[in-house]
Amino acid sequence: MTTERAPQPTTAAANPPIQPMASNLLPSDVVRASAMRDLPAPERQLTKVAKLIDVSRCIGCKACQSACIEWNDTHPDVEENVGVYENPHDLTPEMFTLMRFTEYANPETHELEWLIRKDGCMHCEDPGCLTACPAPGAIVQYSNGIVDFISDNCIGCGYCVAGCPFDIPRIHKTAHVSKKCTLCSDRVAVGQGPACAKACPTQAIVFGTKDEMIAHAEMRIEDLKERGYEKAGLYDPQGVGGTHVMYVLHHADKPSLYADLPDDPKISAVVKGWKGAAKDVGLAAMGIAAVGAMAHGALARANEVSAHDDAEAQEMVAHAAERLAVEPQEAARPQEGAP
Amino acid sequence: MTEERQYSAPGDEIETRKPVTVSRYRGITRLNHWVTAFTMIGLILSGMALFHPSLYFLTGLFGGGPTTRWLHPLMGILLFFSFLLLFLQMWRLNLPKREDAEWLANIKEVVKGEEENLPELGKYNAGQKFVFWGMSGLILVMIVTGVMIWEQYFPGLVSIPVRRVAVAVHALSAVAAVLIFIVHVYAAIWTRGTIRAMTRGTVTGGWAYRHHRKWLRELAGRRKTDPAE
Ligand code: HEM
Ligand code: SF4
Ligand code: SF4
Ligand code: SF4
Repeated sequence: MTTERAPQPTTAAANPPIQPMASNLLPSDVVRASAMRDLPAPERQLTKVAKLIDVSRCIGCKACQSACIEWNDTHPDVEENVGVYENPHDLTPEMFTLMRFTEYANPETHELEWLIRKDGCMHCEDPGCLTACPAPGAIVQYSNGIVDFISDNCIGCGYCVAGCPFDIPRIHKTAHVSKKCTLCSDRVAVGQGPACAKACPTQAIVFGTKDEMIAHAEMRIEDLKERGYEKAGLYDPQGVGGTHVMYVLHHADKPSLYADLPDDPKISAVVKGWKGAAKDVGLAAMGIAAVGAMAHGALARANEVSAHDDAEAQEMVAHAAERLAVEPQEAARPQEGAP
Repeated sequence: MTEERQYSAPGDEIETRKPVTVSRYRGITRLNHWVTAFTMIGLILSGMALFHPSLYFLTGLFGGGPTTRWLHPLMGILLFFSFLLLFLQMWRLNLPKREDAEWLANIKEVVKGEEENLPELGKYNAGQKFVFWGMSGLILVMIVTGVMIWEQYFPGLVSIPVRRVAVAVHALSAVAAVLIFIVHVYAAIWTRGTIRAMTRGTVTGGWAYRHHRKWLRELAGRRKTDPAE
């Protein structure tokens, strides 16, 4: 069997190689893993990849959603129509990507714009999910930038939900593991682009190296500006170190127009505090207290009851008993300094 | 006929007179205490496993990560109700009293083990009261924040920003609870003769005289059996 390593993918449009190929995304390509501090240094650096979603080109057909379901073999529930275009109503453990629709009455042009954004994991360079996760190796980041959830290591605690600035991970109700877009890491590993990008009929979703995608975005932005979208721009938020899923937005000055895409996402300071200093300081405080208590217990003089105390007690009880015998009612009252 | 108790709880009494032994906790209270204590230890071990990567191996004690994640909140619920029963039995005698301030002001003497110069105390000293109220507050905070971050049964109970605060507060309270737990265990061991109050249920007369004299005095002044109780 040929076990030549697959090439790194350059574009989603290219047809896949037809001969069998070994995965080119190796455990040694993991550069960060949740709750694991000292990873061995990777032997090589993969080219950074990115998926670029050009919102201005999307027609809302949901071919990408279907392709994602197909490729990942998920089974989203059939839901009720409640009069909105989102289907299903939210990201779920079975639906890793979702077209979100916004009707925007542009106050400058007085035109109604239909903004359609493909929501899903942004594959942050600095992933909040990975920062928050307590289970070693449940979330990994490869040197090409893909952030992947490894279900075998996931314990289903939901900390990643709190960690993610984009509200992406969803915990599976029966499998009790966290799920999200994988950036088709299993396809990328064998030289193919993501299924959603492959399926997109308008090439609103393209995939390639991050540099190429930025260059491609610039062309698109130029085009949009010529067509009157002066604020057109690239969404590659630096608050999370940039992302490996980027958007071309017509209104890049107001990302939140697009179904609450965060204007300036970053890992919450609360999460950073909780997962940063609090852990080490807390552990140290508890450790010192425990060791200190044991050492003090072993070395210091204990607080012993003396023979004198025993004798005093004996006398107090005997004396009280006498009083009880003599004047039962009196003795029952509290005495000596008691209020 | 009733004799008002000021410094003692129902069931506290002089058990034997020669030598003096005093019963401090009834069987049911001791059982209640040990259920609480072992649940607490389980919670600390399972919680710490998730708290710090270097302690994740503790999940092995509970049969792995997912089981730990599942079991921890259930133990939390058990702890809450178990502690609640203890709380109901003990809160009254843990209310702060005037002598507590004086005792605290002379905490140095306490540490030196020279209690002769200190005010006479009822069933609990200020240190014990601090442990009691500290734990009560922290357990309340932990049950509230714990439910807020309980993914399995309450996934969308609070918004994500609130959830972030809840998990941080939960972790900080847990650290504080562990510190109080250490103080509690240490004090029980350092003050010799205390452990038996929670094992056999009784303490010696000398122990009661030395540490909780008002409590002993009240019990000494009471008839042995009290039909009103
Ligand atoms: C004395 C009692 C308790 C201690 C010492 C304790 C400790 C901890 C600690 C240290 C963590 C990990 C926090 C982190 O990762 O930074 C944790 C997580 C958690 N605790 Fe507690 N906790 C206690 C009580 C409770 C209670 C009463 C509940 C209520 C339901 C609860 C529910 C949770 C939940 C849901 C988590 C998230 C992990 C999981 O789902 O297992 N805890 N706890
Ligand atoms: S639920 Fe999220 S945070 Fe928890 S172990 Fe799984 S991936 Fe990590
Ligand atoms: S978008 Fe959320 S889930 Fe995706 S990598 Fe960033 S933090 Fe993690
Ligand atoms: S990259 Fe793959 S997993 Fe992610 S949305 Fe596209 S098809 Fe789904």
